[in-house]
Amino acid sequence: MTIAADDERLKSRSRLRSALVRPELGSICGAILVFVFFFAIARDSGMFGLQGVMNWTVVSAQFAIIAVGACLLMIAGEFDLSVGSMIGFSGIVIAILSVQWGWPVWSAILVAFLVAIAIGALNGLLVIRTGLPSFIVTLGSLYVLRGLTIWLSILTTQQTIIGGIAPLAEGDWLAPLFGGKAFSGLFVWLAENGWTETYTRGTRTGQPIIDGIPMVVLWALGLIIVAHIVLTRTRFGNWIFASGGDAQAARYVGVPVARVKILMFMTTAFCATVFATSQVMEFGSAAADRGLLKEFEAIICVVIGGALLTGGYGSIVGAALGALIFGVVQQGLFFAQAESSLFRVFLGTILILAVVFNTYIRRAITGER
Amino acid sequence: MSPLIEMKNIEKHFGPVIALNGVSFDVRPGECHCLLGDNGAGKSTFIKTMAGVHKPTKGEILIGGEPMSFQNPRDAMGAGIATVYQDLAMIPLMSVTRNFWMGREPVRKVGPFRFIDFRLANQVTMDEMQRMGINLRAPTQAVGTLSGGERQTVAIARAVYFGAKVLILDEPTSALGVRQTANVLSTIDRVRKSGVGVVFITHNVRHAMAIGDRFTVLNRGQTLGTAKRGEIKPEELQDMMAGGQDMAELEGSLGGTV
Repeated sequence: MTIAADDERLKSRSRLRSALVRPELGSICGAILVFVFFFAIARDSGMFGLQGVMNWTVVSAQFAIIAVGACLLMIAGEFDLSVGSMIGFSGIVIAILSVQWGWPVWSAILVAFLVAIAIGALNGLLVIRTGLPSFIVTLGSLYVLRGLTIWLSILTTQQTIIGGIAPLAEGDWLAPLFGGKAFSGLFVWLAENGWTETYTRGTRTGQPIIDGIPMVVLWALGLIIVAHIVLTRTRFGNWIFASGGDAQAARYVGVPVARVKILMFMTTAFCATVFATSQVMEFGSAAADRGLLKEFEAIICVVIGGALLTGGYGSIVGAALGALIFGVVQQGLFFAQAESSLFRVFLGTILILAVVFNTYIRRAITGER
Repeated sequence: MSPLIEMKNIEKHFGPVIALNGVSFDVRPGECHCLLGDNGAGKSTFIKTMAGVHKPTKGEILIGGEPMSFQNPRDAMGAGIATVYQDLAMIPLMSVTRNFWMGREPVRKVGPFRFIDFRLANQVTMDEMQRMGINLRAPTQAVGTLSGGERQTVAIARAVYFGAKVLILDEPTSALGVRQTANVLSTIDRVRKSGVGVVFITHNVRHAMAIGDRFTVLNRGQTLGTAKRGEIKPEELQDMMAGGQDMAELEGSLGGTV
């Protein structure tokens, strides 16, 4: 069916323009710029070799995991500032249960997830019941959780770092799902054929330097794909947009806004715990100060990705690209041997540029004034 | 014809405040019944009672002759009573299709998963909007790009499509320009001809006279009576709304109907 544009005040729009003008455009341009920039200044540093790529991919994947949760929650119209504290908290819970109490690692991981998701639900309930801005409620939980984490850690071990998880995790069925590597057979095969580098000295001579895709990358990809499909293709996704766009209007047509928002708080808590668990498995230890400032980094990824701070608008693909930009800039400056404090300067600048650009794009799409 | 919904001697008290003090009102199929009243007359409280947002303190609600008690807006919607609120009809950031189907998205099964059937949703949205006389550029167009009148029309089309028997319109024309008002009024006419009973809330006598079949005036929480089209003059309606003589004098000094 074609409809003649009979309103002479509507400019006809080219297909190219409507394909380009989308919420992710800002982050797509940002990602291209960042890659061009680092290709120009750090091409010879190994940043774009297999090892270098794996390096910034892992960092980006970590950002992406928490950005997915933050993105869904922000589209539903709420914030969670307790993500960073939740990361520290979940890690310490796993460590105390497995190292101090001697529980099997898998049960410690499962309990950490349950406790974190329950705290997420509590955050959501408090926001819904009190009607307070989620900024305030989760700022409270940011402090409560961080304080509890340090207190629990010192109470049980007199330290803020709990180590010794690596030997316990060996042979566990759940731990490799967070700390392991996938497709190692493929990488051994690649190395055997001489397509990728192997160690030439030491005890691991002959083994490939890159021996698999870290699970954290697969978690990130999985979460991005599932969240994107849920958000754009399902009824529940439409309810997420509606709850953030105008909660009252959504309620009037029967959208269960309270349930949607609470579920999104639980999702952010889940994502924070995925991040925490994979870090604990990677380092073999948990520390009470892990995840510091992660809540802001997640929000920055989401905002670079084109989401609106007040809710109702955003994109998972955009948030994932925001996380990619974040990872590439952080590791790229390292490869370029630039002063590491410049990272923040760079990031703040990208944030402001992206938001200015995104605001323009959003107005073009939604007719906001 | 028997009324679709009858509200009998409705009273609503909020603590010490008596917002409604015995209001009677009914709507028949295919008519546009205008509810007029000045600010604070109780129009909003009254339609919220009809839409299931408030429970009446006293009085009866009859649907098709049967007494009915709404616990929440969902009950009222289930009984075929749809309300289009002035500002809260649409979410501007979302597409027309997503708004149109919000809360009732059609789904299609793929294995164990259920996805929104966007082909069906887009097609129905385009067809329904065209029936209301609005040509969309695309169903994915954001509602924010539509004019105020078009947004009201999308909301009305949505209510009618989902089987509204009684359509309550809360001041649909109060924020609109002349041309857009005419469009919304003609949409009301189309809806009425399809057999839906329309409740048109307004404080603008001209808009009411242009479309209404019957007119009920609310003043200070009470009905001042119902008149049929042709039985009453605009000046009389205006006087009833404003509550008396001083308004007539004021109008005289301004030289006509306000």
